[in-house]
Amino acid sequence: MTGDAPLLTARDLSKAYGTTRALDGVSLDVRAGEILAVMGPSGSGKSTLMHCLAGIVRPDSGELRYRDRDLIAASDAERSALRRGEFGFVFQFGQLVPELTCLENVALPLRMEGVRRKEAERRAAYWLERLDVADVAGKRPGQASGGQGQRVAIARALVTEPSVVFADEPTGALDSLNGEMVMRLLTECAEQSRTAVVLVTHEPSVAAYSHREIVVRDGRIRTSAGSAR
Amino acid sequence: MSLSHTLLALLERGPRHGYDLKQEFDAQFGQDRPLHYGQVYATLARLLKNGLVEVDAVEHGGGPERKRYAITTAGVTDVEEWLSQPESPALYLHSTLYTKVVLALLTGRDAAAVLDAQRAAHLDLMRTLTRRKTRGDLADALICDHAIFHLEADLRWLELTSARLDRLAEEVRS
Ligand SMILES: Nc1ncnc2c1ncn2[C@@H]1O[C@H](COP(=O)(O)OP(=O)(O)O)[C@@H](O)[C@H]1O
Ligand SMILES: [Mg+2]
Repeated sequence: MTGDAPLLTARDLSKAYGTTRALDGVSLDVRAGEILAVMGPSGSGKSTLMHCLAGIVRPDSGELRYRDRDLIAASDAERSALRRGEFGFVFQFGQLVPELTCLENVALPLRMEGVRRKEAERRAAYWLERLDVADVAGKRPGQASGGQGQRVAIARALVTEPSVVFADEPTGALDSLNGEMVMRLLTECAEQSRTAVVLVTHEPSVAAYSHREIVVRDGRIRTSAGSAR
Repeated sequence: MSLSHTLLALLERGPRHGYDLKQEFDAQFGQDRPLHYGQVYATLARLLKNGLVEVDAVEHGGGPERKRYAITTAGVTDVEEWLSQPESPALYLHSTLYTKVVLALLTGRDAAAVLDAQRAAHLDLMRTLTRRKTRGDLADALICDHAIFHLEADLRWLELTSARLDRLAEEVRS
């Protein structure tokens, strides 16, 4: 794992909102297949860091590369193409489209990439099966439980076989049993497909599924400790 | 908790008599259990033998002679190592951790680094238990969960203490 070139390389990233320095000179690498926990108290800048790494928010200064691509110089169109093709996202509240069935939700990222409907739904069904929620395929998200909804959201994040999944407090709205199930499935699937996961969480029991952790405080990284395996 | 390291770190702030050392220990850490003089002098004798402290003055009053102790360079190194080394995560660590944090503040070291090193050690153990849990049977998982919840409590304490370091620094130095 250590021999690989990093997928994402961030150097000295800063981002301010008005007078709030949400990120203040952060450097870090994300490697293929690694599960990296981003910890820290609320308001410390975890989500801002994730949004910068994922090309959602443009940092004010610093360097950011995905493989050999400069994410800061890239146009908005290039950045959103990269997000669709290479990245997957899981948020605290599933953010599934309420009007679509769970199967259609999972197929959606593929449809946006131009995959034909039948093929997209075949692949979506496979991921629903992998996440043990095949039984909600035909239901709307509103008819699924919180834990099921989060597993559907993970299926949607993984269906494009991204190289990095960004997960922001993915268990934040779940009880411990469902949270454990979601973390177990997310990390198992990611490890099998060598997908890197950037896992934002303030909960140690969730961070314990990672290979290593960084701790953000006041927009800076406190330590980069923690060993894999 | 290591009494010899604690007394050593208190001595790092300047030479002291055994009597003053006991007073200082009791003021900072003796909430539940003040020290006996016997413990202080036995510990100082051991530190002296190991070259971590030296006698820098002897007063001959009317009564028994009074020795003043000073930390040696080897003693400072010993304190440094003890403070930077995380404790192996065990139950009811808080009194040792609290002592380390207070001593880091008193001796002008980075107390946040003490907490950071400890958090990393705790998280490493939590990782190991989490892996074991996902592989074992239910009985094993329940045993792991129990340990994980205790580690979680320690980690919450570490986090809260990190957030309160500035206030703690003011209080212990006053
Ligand atoms: N869009 C925004 N507009 C203004 N302030 C923001 C915005 N996003 C984040 N912030 C501020 O930046 C800081 C870091 O926020 P965030 O990255 O969301 O922290 P965390 O995810 O660790 O809770 C906070 O003080 C927050 O209020
Ligand atoms: Mg956040």
